[in-house]
Amino acid sequence: MNDLIMRRLQEECAASIERTEEFRGDLTVTVKKEEIVRVCQFLNRDQELAFDMLIDLFGVDRYRPEARFEVVYNLYSLKNKKYLRLKVRVEEETPVVPTVTGVWPAANWHERETFDMFGLKFAGHPDLRRLYMPEEFEYYPLRKDFPLMGIPDSIPLPRR
Amino acid sequence: MALESLQRDGFLTARLDDVISWARKNSLWPMPMGISCCAIEMMATASPRFDISRFGSEVMRFTPRQCDVMIVAGTVTYKMAKVVRKIYDQMPDPKWVISMGACASSGGMFRSYSVVQGIDQFIPVDVFVAGCPPRPENLLHALLELQKKIQREGSGVRPGQREKIFIPETSPVPAAGVAE
Amino acid sequence: MAAKAADEQKKSQILAALEDQDTNVSIDDPLENTMVLNMGPQHPATHGVLRLLIKLDGETVVAAVPELGYLHRGYEKIAENGTYHEFIPHTDRLDYLSPISNNVAYVMAVEKLLGIDLPGRAKYIRVLVCEMARIASHLVAAGSMAMDVGALTVLLWTFREREKLLDIYDVLCGARFTTSYTRIGGLQQDWTPQCTAMLRTFLEEFGADLAEVETLLSTNRIFIDRCEGVGYISPADSIAWGLTGPNLRAAGIPRDLRRDVPYLVYNDLDFNVITLPESDALARFYVRIAEMKESARILRQALDRLPGGPFNAFAPKRVLPRKERTYTRMEELIHDFMLINLGIDPPVGEVYQGIESSKGELGFSIVSDGTGQPWRLKIRSPSTCNLSVLPIMLKGGMISDIVAVIGSIDPVMGEADK
Repeated sequence: MNDLIMRRLQEECAASIERTEEFRGDLTVTVKKEEIVRVCQFLNRDQELAFDMLIDLFGVDRYRPEARFEVVYNLYSLKNKKYLRLKVRVEEETPVVPTVTGVWPAANWHERETFDMFGLKFAGHPDLRRLYMPEEFEYYPLRKDFPLMGIPDSIPLPRR
Repeated sequence: MALESLQRDGFLTARLDDVISWARKNSLWPMPMGISCCAIEMMATASPRFDISRFGSEVMRFTPRQCDVMIVAGTVTYKMAKVVRKIYDQMPDPKWVISMGACASSGGMFRSYSVVQGIDQFIPVDVFVAGCPPRPENLLHALLELQKKIQREGSGVRPGQREKIFIPETSPVPAAGVAE
Repeated sequence: MAAKAADEQKKSQILAALEDQDTNVSIDDPLENTMVLNMGPQHPATHGVLRLLIKLDGETVVAAVPELGYLHRGYEKIAENGTYHEFIPHTDRLDYLSPISNNVAYVMAVEKLLGIDLPGRAKYIRVLVCEMARIASHLVAAGSMAMDVGALTVLLWTFREREKLLDIYDVLCGARFTTSYTRIGGLQQDWTPQCTAMLRTFLEEFGADLAEVETLLSTNRIFIDRCEGVGYISPADSIAWGLTGPNLRAAGIPRDLRRDVPYLVYNDLDFNVITLPESDALARFYVRIAEMKESARILRQALDRLPGGPFNAFAPKRVLPRKERTYTRMEELIHDFMLINLGIDPPVGEVYQGIESSKGELGFSIVSDGTGQPWRLKIRSPSTCNLSVLPIMLKGGMISDIVAVIGSIDPVMGEADK
């Protein structure tokens, strides 16, 4: 099944794929940031592959100079009962990724959470605001340079 | 209150304070501020097996205007702290607070950027119950200790000036599988 | 168009008015007759701290915006700062109605990363505890939904049943509730004959007790009128919005990870995947009741087939050794020391492992950089995705339908807020 996915992806979008990996039976495909919507639309609409569910979307802070962040998409196909992982590398200077809410509406809240935790903006998202932290919170908690105990007084506490 | 005097003299004398405290302690209606896992154990305490209503906590009113004791059960985050304080302020005097579980008492196992490390930073607490989550028997023990404290203190003490009670995790607990 | 812009502005005004200024929100057009109601984080529909902002036209819900984050405890950051073993007690508190299934999901993800294979006994015991957790969770879900629409008795009966399961957990794991029973490579301790006896007693009584609950609710005119047709979502929307678990199966999609991507020993066990076509609140309730019966079937089969043998995998540099060997032998002592202090020694890579928990697909994505602490751990919580369809389900209904819908989705905020 992984070979079939690889073959179809190579046929359709060979220019957008940067790397592929297989580990413990799961296939991971790294895609160029600008092409992610096109690849996702292809994977969603293709009759054979039919990746119609977006299971998960999250960010990773790799803390490396060349591409600091990564956005990972976890897809599932109801027809083939198979998972696929797509990755997108994001620079720290331009932390903007095109949104995939047009392909799967499930991405709505997941992208909000990624924005909340990492500060990655999603271009074209209908309602990009914080999901977990309060609206006035100024930092992005899951970045590696944010301390575990937080910044004192970043969220005010009521007086005793 | 001496019952011998009832037999001897035909009437009882007692301090008004004692009578009022006795009435208050035996009808503590809890306000369940059930936030996370401890809330499920609080619901289990109200369920037929452990039955909190035999100690006077007949109903768990979810409106603070009709409650005496607020049981804060669960992890209080900074975002939720405002809400907890608001509900506490809406409760009429006299009011007490039981901090149920490790998370409410001290932040528990969540030492992170969004969890308040102990609700006594913004609310005066009367009884701290240890456990993650505390067994229902522990919560009942805490309620009984609170009742003893109310009887002891009377009505002249303001919140924030009262003594604090700590219930450890190894309160006497019956063996597992034994019906309560 | 202008109304939509005004709506957007009003929505962010409301959200900005969290600071005790709810009463100061002014509505510009005096002839406008929609009202914004705040169903605040503390309310009696006991599903935790979920905040809903509802726009009402009389009694009809025009729009709804859920707000999460009141129980956000920073799990993912805590995971990055501790070893893999240290995170196991934290996973208990995710879906706190069925804590053991979270434990199982997490250690399965770590075992997939390490490439450890378990002995048969460990797999069967994990199936047993997972299905018991599923029954316990569905009991609370059914009870709370019934309590929310007014049938208070059912909650007390389901809690009585749940106490029997919690007693079994007490004997098996040492704790009623948040058990932390699984370890990487196996379990904390073995399944005992006392547990088998208690479970068999429970299974004998469970059929009759569930029938009692069903007599009260399943053909009850009031309950059916209250829940039928309420909270409808189309199957296409369910798939597109990432709904999983009983909510998806009540929309007619037969997706069950125990059948589709089998893990542990589910491909050897015989059970049905229950689906119903109506996709409303009543259908979700019936699916949960039927799933409890299927879980009882699975429990009987697994008890009959429980094999003997070790309950931990043999991989000395990855699996914690037994305590009595740690205290008496040198190699096990060294392994224990290295595993506790430096953590297990995983390869560099990424894995995802999902299980079918009682709420839906609970999955852990682990990004490992080769050290004993995960570089990134993402929890795919089913309740977050289930709650994201709440605006679709509530639109056009009445206020009193809101609690029925939330009860039928069965969110757990510890998991939704992570």
